[in-house]
Amino acid sequence: MLRLTIRELARALREGKISPTELCRRCLNRIKKTKHLNAYITVTEELALKQAQEAETRLLQGKPKGPLDGVPFAVKDNFCTENIRTTCASRMLKDYTPPYNATVVQKLFDQGAVLMGKANMDEFAMGAGSTDGAFGPVRNPWSYAAPYREQTGVAADSDWVITGGSSGGSAAAVASLTSYLALGSDTGGSTRNPGALCGVVALKPTYGLLSRHGLIPLVNSMDVPGIMTRSVSDAATVLGILQGLDIRDSTTGPAPSLLTELPEDFDVRNICVGIPKEYHAPGLSEETLAQWSRVADMFERAGARVEQVSLPHTQHSIVCYHVLCHAEVASNMARFDGLEYGHRSAVDSSTEALYASTRHEGFNDVVRGRILSGNYFLLKQNYQHYFVKAQKVRRLIANDFKRMFASGVDILLTPTTLTDAARHSDFMQEDNRTRSAQEDVFTQPVNMAGLPAVSVPTALSRRGLPIGLQLISPALQEKKLLSVAQWIEQRVGFPSISDYVDTKGVTKREQTSAG
Amino acid sequence: MSVFSLSIKRARLGVLLQITRPEINVFGNYEKQVTNIGTCRGRRNYIAGVTRTFSTKVYNSKVPEIPTWKPVPEDLLPPPSKVPVDLVDKLERLALVDFRTKQGLECLEKAIRFADQLHVVDTTGVEPMDSVLEDRALYLREDAVTDGDCAEELLMLSKNTVEEYFVAPPGNVPLPKREERTAMLKHSEF
Repeated sequence: MLRLTIRELARALREGKISPTELCRRCLNRIKKTKHLNAYITVTEELALKQAQEAETRLLQGKPKGPLDGVPFAVKDNFCTENIRTTCASRMLKDYTPPYNATVVQKLFDQGAVLMGKANMDEFAMGAGSTDGAFGPVRNPWSYAAPYREQTGVAADSDWVITGGSSGGSAAAVASLTSYLALGSDTGGSTRNPGALCGVVALKPTYGLLSRHGLIPLVNSMDVPGIMTRSVSDAATVLGILQGLDIRDSTTGPAPSLLTELPEDFDVRNICVGIPKEYHAPGLSEETLAQWSRVADMFERAGARVEQVSLPHTQHSIVCYHVLCHAEVASNMARFDGLEYGHRSAVDSSTEALYASTRHEGFNDVVRGRILSGNYFLLKQNYQHYFVKAQKVRRLIANDFKRMFASGVDILLTPTTLTDAARHSDFMQEDNRTRSAQEDVFTQPVNMAGLPAVSVPTALSRRGLPIGLQLISPALQEKKLLSVAQWIEQRVGFPSISDYVDTKGVTKREQTSAG
Repeated sequence: MSVFSLSIKRARLGVLLQITRPEINVFGNYEKQVTNIGTCRGRRNYIAGVTRTFSTKVYNSKVPEIPTWKPVPEDLLPPPSKVPVDLVDKLERLALVDFRTKQGLECLEKAIRFADQLHVVDTTGVEPMDSVLEDRALYLREDAVTDGDCAEELLMLSKNTVEEYFVAPPGNVPLPKREERTAMLKHSEF
């Protein structure tokens, strides 16, 4: 039951083969049994059971609200949820309970989806590992599955791999079979990166297609809500529900008519797949390279035109992202001063002293560091030299994509990450900035250009960990993007984690391998 | 240690890849190391089916075999910026966060060094880009109140209010000097 896709689940729910309340209980049990993953900051057990009961009543009457009625989901803890605390994994918002729902959350509630909880993340979504949050790191569910355990002779507690980030809790929730879909956010790759490392489908939609109202902002000019599911077709279903104009977010626009159903037998003979050569970056693992090559071969054999192309400014994108991100962070984080909401320091000698100590106590080193460097880049004497310079480089990056797609390329195929997931102990050797620069190298260029991209899991590495590939399309062409993604999904035969763990929470071969 | 060392490390990696992976080796490695669990489901198949060799076609010719770029070499960058003490103070006052430790300052210098790589890109005649929506007409709504009337709900989120006001300590008092600030902020060692 827990391993189904949304499409399969929705059918079973409508036919009465599965009861929403029973399903909800099974998911809640599984959350308890996978507590060591630390995927959730808050589990909304009571609300979930109530929502499941309501869904059951509707389904029994034969009047479901839609394909998500009764479907359990998770939400990254930087989306506001009414009367449910929303922490951004920060001490600053540890006790913050918003009085409203983010638009995308509200849309899922309106469809009858059942909220299981708020997913763990890097503090204020600043990171690429889900290791830098106030509630501790998230563990990758594949760390506990047989293919990985068999490679390592050490006990699971001392050797586990990261989920990637910053939406690591959302990815772990979907991968560990406690939620059928999860919302993440994607500013520089925060949905696609953990999606790839946890072996789930992760969609970053076109900028402006989904409302950001109620998403606590990181970088306003790049943030988008992201969608994580177990199949491409499920991502399309959820996108169809979430997309569209929201009067509360002036950057949204009317959605193109979409979607809902992707063609089951998409013909790739009519498409041109571009392989941007700059995406073979220093540090790309051989196995990821092999997967990239393997899928390029698949396209060629199926009659698609596959061409090597060039996006010449790719290398500079991560540097440009670094400056723009820190500058916008400096501005966005100014709202946290302790007066209106969030943490408030006990120091009250002056307003300035209150501000400084509240922020000192509320933010972790990563957030403080980005605020300081952002302020540095925005100083009057540095503004042109760094900030405006980065904005110019941003245009060059966006133009690279524009030129590419104008030349007849329909879709780009790239790796999502350099390697499979790192061991937590190895990942923590580098500082957050260095890690983000390495991890986001393939993902942030599309955020600079506002384009949609999706990461699709393609295989397990020798270490038994997921490898994902990324597809990129022109703005608002999610239908084509997801059709091609589904074509890949149908052919790569990526295994389900349920082949290796039983859904009662114990690794099948734990006795023999965990040692 | 710094961006400098990162560049060196990465450059070294690049060289290493080129030395240890000449074309023939790449093909050889490829055959042995491609992991594909392709159609296999279930653990027995997983073990049986891990390795697959491409005997006919070893490499898709469109996918580059070796990295196509190297990190920007240090000698192309401007001299590293030092952040003087008075600027540290200014930044802390502007940002209303403190560096906390010496590492905090090093972290800023690394971030600046990383950003310096922007200057190898020629942007002559390029307009800065604020938003990807610059060429789209954005939705404008009527300038009328459609929301609100929730003052009480919002005031409830604050730790300190009087009637319908948020309460702040005395204003117009400049932040104390650095030494006193450090004393004021717990766990601040800088």
